[in-house]
Amino acid sequence: MEQQVKTNTKSIMKNDIKDFLINNMVTILFVIIGYLGFRFSGLTLPFFVNDLISRVARNGFLVLALIIPVLAGMGLNFAIVLGAMAGQMAIIMVVHWGFVSWQGIILAALIAAPLALIFGYLTGKLLNKTKGQEMITSMILGFFANGIYQFIFLILVGSVIPMNNQDLILSSGVGVRVTVDLANNLRYGLDNIIRLSFPVSLLLVSILFVGVNLYRYINNRKAPKLNYNKTKTIIALVAFSLTTLWSLSIIYSPWLFRSSNILRTNKMFNDITIPIVTFLIIGALCLFNVFITKTKMGQDFRTVGQDMHIAKISGIDANRVRVIAIVISTVLAAWGQIIYLQNLGTLSTYGSHENIGMFSIAAILIGGASVTKATIGQALLGTILFHTIFIVSPLAGRNLFGDAQLGEYFRAFVAYGVIGVSLGMHAWKKQIQSKSLK
Amino acid sequence: MDRDKIVLEMNNIGKVYYGTRVLKDINLSIKAGEIHAILGENGAGKSTLMNILFGMPVIHSTGGFEGEVLIDGSKVDINSPFKAMKEGIGMVHQEFMLIPGYTITENIKLNREITKPNPISRVLGNKLETLDFVQMDKDAKKAIKSLDIGIDEWTKIAGLPVGYMQFVEIAREIDKENLKILVFDEPTAVLTESEAKNLLQAMKLISDSGIAILFITHRLDEVMEIADNITVLRDGQMVANRKKEETNLVELAQLMVGREIEKVERKVNVDKSSVVMKIKDLKVAMPGEEVKGIDLDIFKGEIIGIGGLAGQGKIGIANGIMGLYPSSGEVVINNDTTLKLNNPKESIAKGLAFVSEDRRGVGLLLDTSIELNIAVTAMQNNDKFLKKYGPFTQLDTTGIRNHALGFKKELDIRCTGVDQITRRLSGGNQQKVCIARALTLEPNILFVSEPTRGIDIGAKKLVLDTLVKLNEELGMTIIMTSSELAELRSVCDRIAIICEGKLEGILKPDDSDADFGLMMAGEYKKLVGEEVSNNE
Repeated sequence: MEQQVKTNTKSIMKNDIKDFLINNMVTILFVIIGYLGFRFSGLTLPFFVNDLISRVARNGFLVLALIIPVLAGMGLNFAIVLGAMAGQMAIIMVVHWGFVSWQGIILAALIAAPLALIFGYLTGKLLNKTKGQEMITSMILGFFANGIYQFIFLILVGSVIPMNNQDLILSSGVGVRVTVDLANNLRYGLDNIIRLSFPVSLLLVSILFVGVNLYRYINNRKAPKLNYNKTKTIIALVAFSLTTLWSLSIIYSPWLFRSSNILRTNKMFNDITIPIVTFLIIGALCLFNVFITKTKMGQDFRTVGQDMHIAKISGIDANRVRVIAIVISTVLAAWGQIIYLQNLGTLSTYGSHENIGMFSIAAILIGGASVTKATIGQALLGTILFHTIFIVSPLAGRNLFGDAQLGEYFRAFVAYGVIGVSLGMHAWKKQIQSKSLK
Repeated sequence: MDRDKIVLEMNNIGKVYYGTRVLKDINLSIKAGEIHAILGENGAGKSTLMNILFGMPVIHSTGGFEGEVLIDGSKVDINSPFKAMKEGIGMVHQEFMLIPGYTITENIKLNREITKPNPISRVLGNKLETLDFVQMDKDAKKAIKSLDIGIDEWTKIAGLPVGYMQFVEIAREIDKENLKILVFDEPTAVLTESEAKNLLQAMKLISDSGIAILFITHRLDEVMEIADNITVLRDGQMVANRKKEETNLVELAQLMVGREIEKVERKVNVDKSSVVMKIKDLKVAMPGEEVKGIDLDIFKGEIIGIGGLAGQGKIGIANGIMGLYPSSGEVVINNDTTLKLNNPKESIAKGLAFVSEDRRGVGLLLDTSIELNIAVTAMQNNDKFLKKYGPFTQLDTTGIRNHALGFKKELDIRCTGVDQITRRLSGGNQQKVCIARALTLEPNILFVSEPTRGIDIGAKKLVLDTLVKLNEELGMTIIMTSSELAELRSVCDRIAIICEGKLEGILKPDDSDADFGLMMAGEYKKLVGEEVSNNE
C-alpha cells in the first residue's frame, strides 16, 4: 500500500505541470491576451496601473459577493443585479435627502441592507423552487426585476411617490433622471477618506505579506500542517520581497537613479494615490469569506453545495441554508454597488445595475472560478485580468487595426464573449479531467 | 452493561399502504449487545419494518403504522429520522450517505460538527461559531479505532474503496454518543468477500461494546456466522423467530420462501429436442443488475422463469439480449443464426419481443394513444401500418385503429377508447398495452420482465392467463423474469435462479421450498457440493 502511494506521488509530480496548465487554462489564456493587449496598446505602465487600481477598487467588492452562492452549490448568482438595485435605491434616497461624503455612504449602506435582505430572501425562495436551474433563473429574474425597478423610478416616483427635487426628477415632474450626478455629494466618499501614494501602499502591503508568509514558513518548518504548501509559500515570499524592493526603489528613486526616463516614470508612480479605506473594506470582505468557511454555517453551505440530499438526511435544512447564502450575496452586492458608484461618480439610473451581473461573473470566471468552485484569489485575480483587458483592448484594437471601433468591439467581446469562452473551456477541462481519470 | 436488558421492543407492528397490507403483527425484542438478523425475500417487509423504526416520512405520510415501539422499556413515538437518532437508533444505509469531497472527519461529524465560540458568534448567534477541527479529528480517530481499521481521519472519501466507505458510515453512527441500536440494511450487498468479512468482524466488535445490532439481509451464511437470533419475514408476516443454535441453513431457506402455490393448469407442449435459443457466456453491464456470464438453453414452446433476488442480475438478461444495455457473449437462435448483440433492431428482426419491467420508462410512450403505442415498434422495425408514396410514408390510421381494437377485445384492455393516452390507464391495462405491442411484432420468443409488478391481484391473474394462452395457442416460447417466486412457480415449466450475476441452478416448479431458498441465497451449490463430497 505504501509503495503504491509512493509511485502515485511520483506520477503526480510528473504530471504537475500538465495538470497546472489544464486546471488553469482559462486564466492562462486571458493572462496572455491581457499581456499582448498591453503591449499593443502602447500605454505606459504608471497610467495603466493607475486605471487598473481604480477599477479594481470599484469592482472588487461586487465580484467577491459571488463566492458564497457558489460555495452553497447555487452557481453564479446573476441575481446580484437585485442587490445592485437596492444599492441604487438607497443612493437615490440619500442624494435626495442631501447627505454627502462618507456619512452619506454609510447611510446608503444602512438603507440598502434591509432592501437587499428582502430581495435576497425572495430570490432565495424562488431559487429553491427551481433547483438545478439557479443560474438561468437568477439571470431572468434580474431582467424581470429591472422591469419593476423601471416602473417604480420612471412612473411611480413623482406621481405616486412624492418627490420634489429638481436635480433628481425629470422636468416633467415624473420619473428620476437618466443620469444622476454624484460629483457634489457621494463621489469618492470612501475613496478620499485616506489616500496614500502607490509606492507607500505597495510597500505596506508587501511587508505585511512577507511577514505572513515568513511566519507560515517558520511555523511549518518542523511540523508541516496538512494544508500547507511549501512551494507556494516560498514563491509568495520571493514575490513579495521583490515588490518590497520595487516600491522602495520608487520611493527613493531620486537618490538611486540618474536616468531621466526612469525618474519620470517613478514620479508618475509616486503621483498615483490609493483609496485605502475602499481596499480595507475589500480586504475585510475577503476575511469575512475566509471566516465564514470556517464556521458551522460555512460547513453547512459546503455540505449543501456538495450534496443536497445527504445534507437533508443528516438534518440540515437545505432550503434555509440556500436562502441565507443568497441573502448574504445580495446584501454584499448592494454594498458593492454603492462602492462602485461612489467611485464612478455618476449614477445611470436605468443602466448602472444592468451589466453588473454580467461583468462581475465574467471577471470571476476569468480568474479561474467555475460554477462549482470559486475562491477569493480567483475573484481578485479575475477582477484584475478582466479590467486589464477592458483598459487595453480599445487602444490595442486601434493600434492594430487602425480603428477605434474595433477596439470597442473587443470590449464588448471581452464582457460577453468571456463568459461563453470560459464556460466552454471549463466544460472542456472537465472532459479532459474525467478522461484522464479513466 | 447489563446484557439482559431489552433495549428495543416492537409489538404488534402492522402497516397498510393504500389499502394493501404489507406488514402484520410483527413482534421483535432485542437485548443490549445482541445481533439480531432479519431475514426475508425482497418485498417481505424488511425495509418497511426498518422505515417504521427509523421514522421515515414515507410511513407517516401514508397514515402511520399499527403497534408500538418501546426503547429501554418505555414507549416512544418516532415520527422522524431525527427523532430516531435522538432515541439512539442509528442506520447504516445501503447507498452511502457520504460526501466525496469531504474528509473522513468531516463526514463522520456531518451536521454534528463541534464548534467553539468566537467574538462574532457571540453577537450573531451560534451558527457562526468556528469549527473545532482538533476535537473533531480526535473523535473521528477514536471512532475509526474502535472499528479496528487503519485509515487516517484526514483522507478524502473520494477514491476510498467501497468497503472503507461503509466503515466511515459505521464510524459516523458509533460516534453518536447515545447510540443503542444500529441497523445495517443489507450491508454486504456491495462488498467484496474480504470486505464483507471485515465488516462482520466490526459488527461483532460493536455488539461487544453493548450496542444492539439489527442486521437485515438475505445472505444465509452471514446470518449463521454472526447472528444471535433470527427473525424470518415473509409476505409481511413474521413466520419464525429462532435462536441460532436451534436452526440451520436449510430450515431458514425453507422459512424464507415457503408458501402455498396455486398451479395454473395448462397444456405443456415443450419440445425438448429443439433449442430455440442458446445463450453462451452472456455478460450484461446493466447497472445494479449486472450479468456476469450465463449459459442457458431455452427449449421451443416452454415458459421458462428467471428468478432470484433483486440486484442479482436476473433483470439484466432480457435487457442484454434485447440490446438495451451493453452486453457480450453469444446468443444463437434456432441453432443456426447468431444474434448480433447491442442492437435492439437486430433483436426484433430475429423474432424476439420484450415487455420491459420499466413499464412507464421504456415500455410506453405515456402521452401517446393506446393504438399508436401498440403499433409503433412494428411501424419502426417491420414497416407495418405505413402507406408508401415514393420516398414519403404516411400512417395507416385505419389499419392502426383496427389492429388496436382487435387487441382491446382480445386482451380486454379497459379504456375509454383506443385513442386514450396510456398515462391515464391503470397498471394492469398499461401492461396489456405493452404485451399487445410485443405481440404485434409476431415474435417467436417473448421476453416478459416483472409482468405483474404494480398491478392489483385481479389483473395479475389476467396477465398471467394471457401469457399461458399465448403459449398454449400459438406455441410461443416465453422467457418470464419475475421477483415473485410464487408467480413463476405457478406458470413456468422450469425456473432458472440467478445469483450474483450467474446461474445458480434450474429447478422445477414443484421442487422444495428449501431448494429455492438456498439457491436464491446462493448457498445451494456450496451445500449440495458438500453433500456430494460427504457421500464419496
